Amino acid sequence: MKWPALGYLRASSLDELWRALGDGAQILAGGQTLLATLAFRLSEPGTLVDITRIPELRGISVTGGVLRVGALTRHAELGRDALVARHAPLLTQAVPHIAHPAIRNRGTIGGSLAYADPAAELPACAVALDATLVLAREGGERRVKATDFFTGLLTTALEPGEIIAAVEFPLAGPSQRAVILEVARRSGDYAMAGLAAVLDLGADGRVTAPRLTFFGVGDGPVLATRANAALEGRALDAAAIAAAQAALDADLDPPADLHGPPAMKRHLCRVLLGRALQSLTPATEQAA
Amino acid sequence: MNEIPTPASIGLSREDLPNSYIGRSVPRPSLPKLVQGRATYTDDVVLPRMLHAAFLRSPHAHARILAIRIEAALAVPGVVRVFTGADLAKVCDPWVAVLDHLKGMKSAPQHPLPLDRATWQGEAVVAVLADTRAAAEDGVAAIEVDWDPLPAQTDMETALDAGTVVIHPELGDNLVFTRTATKGDVDAAFAAAHKVVEATFVTGRHTGVTLEPRSIIADYNRADGMLTVHQATQAPHMMQNVFAKHLRLEESQVRVICKDVGGSFGIKVHVYPDEVAVAAMARVLGRPVKFIADRFESFASDIHARDHRIKARMAVNADGTIIGFDVDDLTGIGPYSVYPRTSAMEGNQVVNLVGGPYDFAHYRCTTRVVLQNKAPTCQYRAVGHPIATAVTEGLVEMAARELGMDALDLRRRNMIRDDAYPFTSPPGMRFEGLSHHASLDKLLEMVPVARIRADQAEQRAIGVHRGLGFAAFIELTNPSPFMYGIGGARISAQDGCTVRMDPDGSVVASSGVTEQGQGTEAILAQIVAHGVGVPVERVKIITGDTLNTPYGGGTWACRGAGIGGEAALQSALALKAQILEVAGAMLQAAPESLDIVMGHITDRASGAQRMSLHELGRIVYFRGDTLPRDLPRELVQTRHFITKEYPFAFTNGIQACWAEVDTDTGMVKLLEHWVVEDCGRVVNPLLVDEQVRGGVVQGLGGALYEHCVYDERGNLLTTTMADYLVPMSAEMPDIHVGHVETPTKESLLGAKGAGEAGTAGAPGALMNAINDALAPLGARVLEQPFTPARILAALGRI
Ligand SMILES: Cc1cc2nc3c(=O)[nH]c(=O)nc-3n(C[C@H](O)[C@H](O)[C@H](O)COP(=O)(O)OP(=O)(O)OC[C@H]3O[C@@H](n4cnc5c(N)ncnc54)[C@H](O)[C@@H]3O)c2cc1C
Repeated sequence: MKWPALGYLRASSLDELWRALGDGAQILAGGQTLLATLAFRLSEPGTLVDITRIPELRGISVTGGVLRVGALTRHAELGRDALVARHAPLLTQAVPHIAHPAIRNRGTIGGSLAYADPAAELPACAVALDATLVLAREGGERRVKATDFFTGLLTTALEPGEIIAAVEFPLAGPSQRAVILEVARRSGDYAMAGLAAVLDLGADGRVTAPRLTFFGVGDGPVLATRANAALEGRALDAAAIAAAQAALDADLDPPADLHGPPAMKRHLCRVLLGRALQSLTPATEQAA
Repeated sequence: MNEIPTPASIGLSREDLPNSYIGRSVPRPSLPKLVQGRATYTDDVVLPRMLHAAFLRSPHAHARILAIRIEAALAVPGVVRVFTGADLAKVCDPWVAVLDHLKGMKSAPQHPLPLDRATWQGEAVVAVLADTRAAAEDGVAAIEVDWDPLPAQTDMETALDAGTVVIHPELGDNLVFTRTATKGDVDAAFAAAHKVVEATFVTGRHTGVTLEPRSIIADYNRADGMLTVHQATQAPHMMQNVFAKHLRLEESQVRVICKDVGGSFGIKVHVYPDEVAVAAMARVLGRPVKFIADRFESFASDIHARDHRIKARMAVNADGTIIGFDVDDLTGIGPYSVYPRTSAMEGNQVVNLVGGPYDFAHYRCTTRVVLQNKAPTCQYRAVGHPIATAVTEGLVEMAARELGMDALDLRRRNMIRDDAYPFTSPPGMRFEGLSHHASLDKLLEMVPVARIRADQAEQRAIGVHRGLGFAAFIELTNPSPFMYGIGGARISAQDGCTVRMDPDGSVVASSGVTEQGQGTEAILAQIVAHGVGVPVERVKIITGDTLNTPYGGGTWACRGAGIGGEAALQSALALKAQILEVAGAMLQAAPESLDIVMGHITDRASGAQRMSLHELGRIVYFRGDTLPRDLPRELVQTRHFITKEYPFAFTNGIQACWAEVDTDTGMVKLLEHWVVEDCGRVVNPLLVDEQVRGGVVQGLGGALYEHCVYDERGNLLTTTMADYLVPMSAEMPDIHVGHVETPTKESLLGAKGAGEAGTAGAPGALMNAINDALAPLGARVLEQPFTPARILAALGRI
């Protein structure tokens, strides 16, 4: 289909953006989701406001004890950035799972978080890493925890007139272990089921603060609180993994989709959980 | 027959035989144009005063149209005119897609836009013409239709039940066609058999996803009474007849031009009501009208295929001898049989092809073709073959497993002997010459079976499940009028080629077969260069224009090389003879003592160059006064070709697939794939290999990914490339291709078709590989596509 007739405006500063945002205006970042949905005429915004030239929304830095990733950071940039690899290695691992190179060259982290696709990798990583989103509006900004940001299917805590300016990730400590795994029909497809797993593994081999976050199996990233509780404080061994798998079922309420019934999603989550934790056990780490 | 010297056949290097282009991987002359974006697809054609069409499509699988309100659409800026079914019925006659030789077949009349009822979701119902496509879509959005939704018939299993929804009440029931082929005494033979294996197979409804969507521009010129249609089509002459017949014109008033086509796979050989609507609207308005299907429209209105449920049994003796097959095929084809080839062919092919590679005595196969409220199905690459092959080869491997026999030994025991030809199969197919045993031998030279089996055992020990599967197949190519012509369809099985030499010694050939991106023009150029004796760069090819090419059938059922190629060869040889006669007169030599080599007249005995074609052309065209008065000097020749002895030139082959199943996730990883096929003379090895590889990929796509999913109310759920999964390169294995060459004796060229072999065998080979991997776990899958959910369910994991 062809897009409806619409206006296009490019903002080159936040001030210009605030002036442009108004009735019927919608932000255009990488366009990798928005432009496709426009062609389906799912929405008919009056004007697209292109934010990709706004310098305030760019850049990756470590400031104030957090890793700050500007909303306009392209997936490809995220994947090759040294600061990201050092302080939030889960993100570096996640990028190759997102779509294909052409899409990664354009799609942005801000767009991915704002769109909040339940099967997308970056929203799950943000929750798993306990990130904080910096939301800006005319005359101010506020910070919202990723866990509170995703409010339902394709919905977020963004208010009208508000944008994502940046995402702040806590710096990974030496004991952090992180892994992302997913099952997708073809490479680059959205996952049928995925898991972003972050935990601390102490010198005593015990797990603290596990944040197993599943994607593609709910209406947003699913933080598996019961499975996390089953792991907390335990040595990462077969018994602990089995306990987490057993607890997981109660964390999930997956919908059926074209790939299969809820039972399949539950099963895949158990498999992913087993594989992810297995890869983090001291034995596996030593072998590798 | 087949006495064309090729370097291999006379033991020379190709440098020693410079003219010989047959059997050489000559690069395709059209490639630079395609990769540089300089091709001319239908959408690239822009005509003055052109309008753009968009269609309002039915949101319901089955609904009565109570009222259509178009006023708001007419008020949309840029909208010029709106047409309903009733408007078009005034200028366009409906069609009924049946063929006389398919006994008892019935279907309902179909109009370009339906008059009072929509019968599938996505059916075009109202057309809006505007200055741009976007404005036309705005117009569509402004149309209001009052629908009265009706119950939909979506499950083919219940299509013939009493009390079911009869989609066209005037037909009495939903049965379009049924046929049973029998041979021997199946009941007695099965009762006496050592073992009977039995299974129900399902092949998933899928479609051929072309890079270029369906595209058409129709332009009716009132000044000269000509309807000129630019169309992405496989069969320009067939379309010429269709437009003329239904728009009440003479065939000579219709010209169909088909320049570059971005893939067709059978999708573009059918008559689509929205495309006929475009021609009808152009006829009314006297203005060009363009319609380019978007991807959503493609999924909802291109033909689908392969929606079959097959219950099948095979009986064997204790020594592995196949006694017979007993098969019940059921297929749902949507609400109409598709014009003019009909939607009964696929089921009919299943009946013709099950058991194809084997010599056995007892056969019974029934197909029942029923209506549904889903998109119409029709012929898609390898029509019926992948279904028949998966059923046959699935049963063969099951029987081998039950008998504790190696499946390849079982095949070898039952394959028709290579010296048994001519041979007539139980359903009555006549084979001129096949090479099952030689092909299997060749395959085993390529597939390291022992190493694979060792690896399989090693991997199993560590919980990795790999499987090796095979599938032998036959393929129907080079069709005669027995396919469509005898049924009353004006679809040419004959094809022609006109070859001429211009004054500069270059050669132009125009052919009735068409280029869809598969390289037809490349092989025609090779054949003509070979036949005349000129460098291939000196040959230009014209295809895809009913006003400028000999009448022909176009691209379907694998016939470009076998039929079009032979016409090209014969006309090229005729031109060569004509040139040599003129050269003989000029050089005062007997024509038989001369030859043409790389654009020069040479002395046949010594090889010495006597004269360039350029010089010959100069004299013939500009100094004809110097030639003997009665010398024939037409440097242009036309020949037509049609197969005569056999209704079809069958080919054969065998494939092997090596795959790994992740039994925790149900994911299948393709490790390696092998194909040996026998398409007779290989004209261009590179093109044939890539046809085979592309075909394999499409076959694997249908077996693993591609699926047009409908819910029980007839809503199509897979309408984007994110939901309808096409195979992509990252998941595809290396595909090794080998050849055995058994040229057909019906032609000098000896070529048969090669375009469908890959698709015919790949799904069966993959199914057998998966089931080989799953066998020790007591699981098997028979329902395509083999999705993770189905594999996990078979394993009892979900
Ligand atoms: C074929 C294909 C496959 C894909 N596969 C995957 C995949 O496997 N995994 C995955 O995660 N993603 C996938 N994507 C989506 C891709 O990652 C997108 O780039 C991303 O989801 C959106 O980012 P964008 O910058 O393109 O946003 P846009 O498309 O420009 O915008 C998306 C939405 O976010 C809003 N928005 C954008 N930026 C901001 C901001 N800073 N503040 C507030 N609102 C904003 C827009 O208004 C719009 O509503 C795929 C896309 C395609 C086309």
